[in-house]
Amino acid sequence: MNTEPSVQSMDNWPEVEATARQVLGQKICQHIEQARQLKRPESHLIAILHKVQAEFGYLAPAHLDAVAQLLQVPVATVSGVASFYHYFRLHPRGKFMINICLGTACYVKGADRVAQKLMDELGIQLGETTKDGLFSLEGCRCLGMCGLAPVLTVDGDVRAEVTPDRVASLLEEYVRKGKA
Amino acid sequence: MSSTVLERYQQLAARAEALRQQAAAQYRVQIQVGSATCEHAAGSQVVYEEFRKHIAASGRPDIRLHRTGCTGRCSREPIVSVIMPNSLPVKYQQVDRELVHQIFTTHIMEGRPLLEHILDGPVESIARYELLCCQSERCQEFLRQIWGPNPGAYLKERGIPSQQARATLASCFGACAISETPTTAHVIVRPDKVLYRLRTKEDLDEVLDKHIGKGEIVKRLLVPGKTVGRKFLELYGDVAFFNRQTRVALRHNGIVDPTRIDDYFHYRGFEALATVLNRKDPQWVIQQVSRSKLRGRGGAGYPTGTKWQAAASSKERVRYLICNADEGDPGAFMDRGMLESDPFNVIEGMIIGAFGIGAHQGFVYIRAEYPLAIERVENAIAQCREWGLLGQDILGSGFDFDIEIRLGAGAFVCGEETALIHSIEGQRGQPRVRPPYPTEVGLWGKPTVINNVETFANITAIINYGPDWFARVGSERSGGTKVFALAGKVRHTGLVEVPIGTTLRDIVFQIGGGMPEGREFKAVQTGGPAGGCIPASMLDLPVDFDTLVRAGSIMGSGGMIVLDDSDCMVDIAKYFMQFSFDESCGKCTPCREGTKRMLEILERITGGQGTFQDLERLERLARLVKKSSLCGLGRAAPNPILSTLQHFREEYAAHVVDRRCPAKKCVALIQYVIDPEKCVGCTVCAKNCPAVCITGARREPHLIDQPRCVKCGRCFEVCRFNAVLKL
Ligand SMILES: Cc1cc2nc3c(=O)[nH]c(=O)nc-3n(C[C@H](O)[C@H](O)[C@H](O)COP(=O)(O)O)c2cc1C
Ligand code: SF4
Ligand code: SF4
Ligand code: SF4
Ligand code: FES
Ligand code: FES
Repeated sequence: MNTEPSVQSMDNWPEVEATARQVLGQKICQHIEQARQLKRPESHLIAILHKVQAEFGYLAPAHLDAVAQLLQVPVATVSGVASFYHYFRLHPRGKFMINICLGTACYVKGADRVAQKLMDELGIQLGETTKDGLFSLEGCRCLGMCGLAPVLTVDGDVRAEVTPDRVASLLEEYVRKGKA
Repeated sequence: MSSTVLERYQQLAARAEALRQQAAAQYRVQIQVGSATCEHAAGSQVVYEEFRKHIAASGRPDIRLHRTGCTGRCSREPIVSVIMPNSLPVKYQQVDRELVHQIFTTHIMEGRPLLEHILDGPVESIARYELLCCQSERCQEFLRQIWGPNPGAYLKERGIPSQQARATLASCFGACAISETPTTAHVIVRPDKVLYRLRTKEDLDEVLDKHIGKGEIVKRLLVPGKTVGRKFLELYGDVAFFNRQTRVALRHNGIVDPTRIDDYFHYRGFEALATVLNRKDPQWVIQQVSRSKLRGRGGAGYPTGTKWQAAASSKERVRYLICNADEGDPGAFMDRGMLESDPFNVIEGMIIGAFGIGAHQGFVYIRAEYPLAIERVENAIAQCREWGLLGQDILGSGFDFDIEIRLGAGAFVCGEETALIHSIEGQRGQPRVRPPYPTEVGLWGKPTVINNVETFANITAIINYGPDWFARVGSERSGGTKVFALAGKVRHTGLVEVPIGTTLRDIVFQIGGGMPEGREFKAVQTGGPAGGCIPASMLDLPVDFDTLVRAGSIMGSGGMIVLDDSDCMVDIAKYFMQFSFDESCGKCTPCREGTKRMLEILERITGGQGTFQDLERLERLARLVKKSSLCGLGRAAPNPILSTLQHFREEYAAHVVDRRCPAKKCVALIQYVIDPEKCVGCTVCAKNCPAVCITGARREPHLIDQPRCVKCGRCFEVCRFNAVLKL
């Protein structure tokens, strides 16, 4: 184990560490510790951020701070990486995550119109979450189901050959689920 | 000493076969269910579960249910194969819970296949035998000599009824690799897994009499040794979509169980690795790869042997090997197909590559959007470690190599090799200037070879079937095949693998089945955001790295989108420019600012505000960005514009001069009007119009108030009398 933290003031390290551990929870702390045993801990940063996002749904500033402390890399590096990659979400996500494929095959089969319809119905843009916290809407590139275009997923469940017409009833289905 | 590697390999292969036998021996019936992201999306997990329940309920111990990957026949999934003794394997398409029940009760229990649900069917009957005749270049002519023009007619002439045997034409089985002489024709007899080489008409007649007539195998005509693609054709040979392809990189997709190393062994798994390690000569590996004329499948087509040689010649001792599985082209899924359906093959290719260049650590950089591919690769790596095929002293050769997985996080630019290296190091994935190339200064400053998934997937075939055969499959300057993800406005979509040099026409019309009813072919887009659109006039172009560049596009990683008369070329250019703008990392000005400006101009043109000067400005800017950007993203981003300007300039002109979108795609340039002759006044459009701009009394012709219309197209969709026109 690394017993010499490179924090300027040695005194507050135990506190900082304790806070960071609390923010991230035990599972993720373990991953970070494992990474620190390996040859180049900083090269596992992206993998760790994936784990944090999987656990909390998004990356809050407190998460990024805690990862920086425990992995012993500058906060600027961590937030730089988090903001660079589109996959990382910096805001909480809604209860349901809608991902509409805007890949080429889906686009030529009318995915843009489906996306527009979703935005109109939900009153949000791509990358946003509805005020009631029920839906997040995101665009993505090729889900690898071009044969079934246009495609969207709701929390990983695939809807194939969606048309603008079907959007409203699809959303209703989840509104009902959300209430149940 | 040198035999230890082969001995170790044979021990492992025997152990694998024993395991596989254990799993398979007591079974008479096999049911295979496709399992991959796309298969799951189509419902294959439900199908698997349903079969499991049926088997359990039937109490039959002789039925084996297992998973295979995906064959790449997207629009027909889920696909299920039923293999019963002494009969042709039957593949069903679009299977659902209901159909599982029918298949189980009628086919499996009573032996009557459901002809109307057969993949790419329906068929009228299933013959006892199928003669799969190679009609590729080298066999074709001779085939005609001994078979006559129509093999089916010849069967009839010989008095063989159609229930007994059917003849199907297929592409190269790779049997010609063994015999150099073009005076042979090759025939596979299904389901008996037999491959014959015919030299005379008498040979053919003997096969027909003895094998087809009496079920006796004609030993003297058997082709010795193993041939590529044969196992695939044994299962899928009757399906036109597949038998016109030449499957090398995909040769085990849809037949091997991607989760089991013992199954992979059965398909010559790790034989190539054993050959290589037994020779103990890294230079030999590089020579083989160079001789095969394999060029990188990630897009740029750099000769793989040359790349490997560069790293192998380095003075640095520490070297790295990376498999690029970032697959960023927004309309492509070839690499996902290979990783999900035959991951061991990619890993074996990597181990061989690592031995060739002298690397002891490798990485698979895989995009986070592919969870199942990640899972399968992780599983494959773990099993390889368990079996001593990764780690220290692989197969007792003294060679050490291990692989780690690194995840991408949704940045297209990370597919670029220097950006990818930064990303593996845990940084922002921004490219840097090359040279120095990664083969000199790569990961952590060490020589690094980066290759695409498909590049690695070809390595085992090159070693097992020989570099000369591989070189011969392709074109003069480029060996082997290329996998394309065929999608868009074409009948059959999915993964298509063809020899390099095949014409676009063959891919789109022969394998893809052409356009859906009533649509007209307009162009093929290749190379994704870095490529371009190839017009109908160039359909006979052989697909190769150099020919596509000359046509203003690129081969790219393999996305191939067919466009029809309803697709606007300016809109397509705008679509890709939006993509490149979103994905530009912002490091250099020409790309960051240039993509933004180009996008603005395209938006003006599609928005009906463009001028003739805009076209000139666009072209100038495109050339500038192409010349002065730092990395491949910026340098290729203008290609969609330049190629559409080159081949479809009149369509741009229609937008700026006539203010018209010929494809009727650009919203600002179209109008919805109601034809008073056709309108019956049903009021449906008025009720549906979100802008409330349609007026008219019931049973009277309606009218659209143009200034208020938002052009949502709703009225056009809902009118059942075709009274709403799009102009
Ligand atoms: C913007 C950009 C994106 C790229 N994306 C990929 C990719 O997703 N997969 C890939 O294999 N190569 C990609 N490449 C090409 C790689 O930089 C590199 O040339 C390739 O991985 C080398 O492997 P190969 O020689 O086997 O083709 C990309 C290049 C650029 C400029
Ligand atoms: S060309 Fe574009 S993606 Fe490449 S370094 Fe420059 S800004 Fe980044
Ligand atoms: S829906 Fe068609 S027929 Fe009915 S009122 Fe509208 S235009 Fe006329
Ligand atoms: S296009 Fe939309 S807004 Fe315009 S008339 Fe039709 S329904 Fe109304
Ligand atoms: S483009 Fe949408 S799934 Fe491929
Ligand atoms: S051309 Fe017939 S087997 Fe290759």
